[in-house]
Amino acid sequence: MTLVEPGTPTTVTGVPEVAAPEELGEARPLRADVWRRFKRNRLAMVGLVFLILLGLVAVFAPWIAPYGITERASGEYRQPPSADHWFGTDAIGRDLFSRIVYGARVSLRIGFAATAISVVIGLLLGAVAGFFRGATDTVISRVIDVFLAIPYIVLAVAIASVFGRSENAVILVLGLTGWLYIARIVRASFLSLSRLEYVEAATALGFSRRRIMFRHILPNALQPIIVIGTITVGAVILSEAALSFLNVGPQPPTPAWGLMVFEGKGALTSAPHMLFFPAGAIVLTVLAFVFVGDGLRDALDPKLK
Amino acid sequence: MTSFITRRLLLIIPTVFLALSFLFFLFFTLPGDPARLIAGGADRSIDEGVIERVNERYGLDDPLIVQFKDYWARTIQWDLGESFLTRRSVNDILNEKATASIRLAIWAIIIEIVVGIPVGLLSAIRRYSIGDRVTTILTAAASAIPVFVLGFVLQWMFAVQPNKLGWPEWAALRTQGIGPDSWALFFIPTGEQWRYLILPAITLASVSTALAARMMRGSMLEVLRADYMRTARAKGLRERDVVVKHGLRNAMLPVVTLIGIDFGVVIGAAVLTETTFSWPGLGSEIADSVTQRDLPVVLGLTLVVVLAFALINLLVDISYAWFDPRIRLGKGDSS
Repeated sequence: MTLVEPGTPTTVTGVPEVAAPEELGEARPLRADVWRRFKRNRLAMVGLVFLILLGLVAVFAPWIAPYGITERASGEYRQPPSADHWFGTDAIGRDLFSRIVYGARVSLRIGFAATAISVVIGLLLGAVAGFFRGATDTVISRVIDVFLAIPYIVLAVAIASVFGRSENAVILVLGLTGWLYIARIVRASFLSLSRLEYVEAATALGFSRRRIMFRHILPNALQPIIVIGTITVGAVILSEAALSFLNVGPQPPTPAWGLMVFEGKGALTSAPHMLFFPAGAIVLTVLAFVFVGDGLRDALDPKLK
Repeated sequence: MTSFITRRLLLIIPTVFLALSFLFFLFFTLPGDPARLIAGGADRSIDEGVIERVNERYGLDDPLIVQFKDYWARTIQWDLGESFLTRRSVNDILNEKATASIRLAIWAIIIEIVVGIPVGLLSAIRRYSIGDRVTTILTAAASAIPVFVLGFVLQWMFAVQPNKLGWPEWAALRTQGIGPDSWALFFIPTGEQWRYLILPAITLASVSTALAARMMRGSMLEVLRADYMRTARAKGLRERDVVVKHGLRNAMLPVVTLIGIDFGVVIGAAVLTETTFSWPGLGSEIADSVTQRDLPVVLGLTLVVVLAFALINLLVDISYAWFDPRIRLGKGDSS
């Protein structure tokens, strides 16, 4: 669509872009290069640090949380934050801080497990569609179109009411509904990469198609998958909250953040902290994944900037 | 152009058919007996005779494939069936609820266009300014805040707090329901109505407005670097003309597409917004019906949403091709 061939290294003034002399010095491995660019993005670094801390909180939850997730302080219902209960207590006297700390485990587990399912499905179907083209591609692309034609939330709620409300069911629901865009992106990569000379060379050498797809093409298609995977983890955590809010998410007394928001919504007037603390946990976590995803995209593909 | 439109229209039919058939069969794998639901609820013990009569009346005893055929035979004639729970005709429910949803959606789209596009534009023109940085963070935040959380925060700020602080009655906005339901020209709130409309409209608009601003910024930044912009400046055009006539027009293209694709986001947000604010629209009705397994209502309302979604995407494709003649209409949409 553009008249100038994309990627032509010219600046606005038309002078070819030359790397600054000090940058030409020594060859750096790609990974170091990516990390150097990622570090420069302040928001992405903040997000990364937050996620590392959150991971530590999830791992060491029993040592951090002062109370258990079902432990009730008798008589202290809907108490605002205090020295004893940093985030206050909920409608039946449970300590919100402890529940949010344990909730990090639930959110990260659901987020990563569902994303893993989505990436595997999206990767396989997208790769097959993009590599084999023709009828295979048409069938897979139409299936994706059909599912995208159903508004995501209706699809997720409908499947959720079939699978039930255990944590594993929620993971399955979000994993089975989240692969559509991933498959599209992988398909596009495979479509363009499979036309390149090195694939032709590999075919001429008599390598199997599976080997070509996964050993030759896949490594070159990984970058967008890493980016969309990161963003998907955040999106899954958001969707889990939406399912909880519509009362088809994880079952009480799971300390899922979305469920805690759902439980707190009735107390907006009398005890808004019941809603705001778990909601804040969701927002900060999702933001962190978005920032890290954006940072990764810029770092992996500097041409996009 | 005509063949392009026809081809896309024909493609909608199998997509919609397969999508709804999927939902139809999905619901029949649900645990629980629909006849029991109709006869008075899954928890109560119901006379077997009653269940038999219900099964007969709704054809629930027929083999699945027969029910499936009946369903499509009815649907083709725009008979969407009747609710398992309330026995109301789904067509009536649709007519009633769609109006409320469309009114809310119109305002969300107005906000998206009036706020999102100028903000993205200014953000691109004054790149790296404080305003640009704030916009970047706000748009990222808007995509990370669950819609219903934003709804509750707004309720707390503009309805709960004013009451607590003892502000005059007129200063507090309303959070539940649709209010007096009085409108001029279909969508303009009259009298008290705006106090019920304003918070759900902002909530519904939040995600798509952020997306539009983000897209507009990116698209404009790209256009600002283009050669024809330099040419326009070199001709001695005023900066405003350069930006608006040469820049904005070209930068709008991807944004137009986005507003179409966005419709899916708006529907998802509508389900959550309407539930949060008890706005009696399609979204809250679909959410309720799915959780209550009121299959005819879910299928009927989803059919309309899926159709609208497909038609809007078609319009976007057409307008895109219209704006940019370089797009080759003859080629398939693959690759």
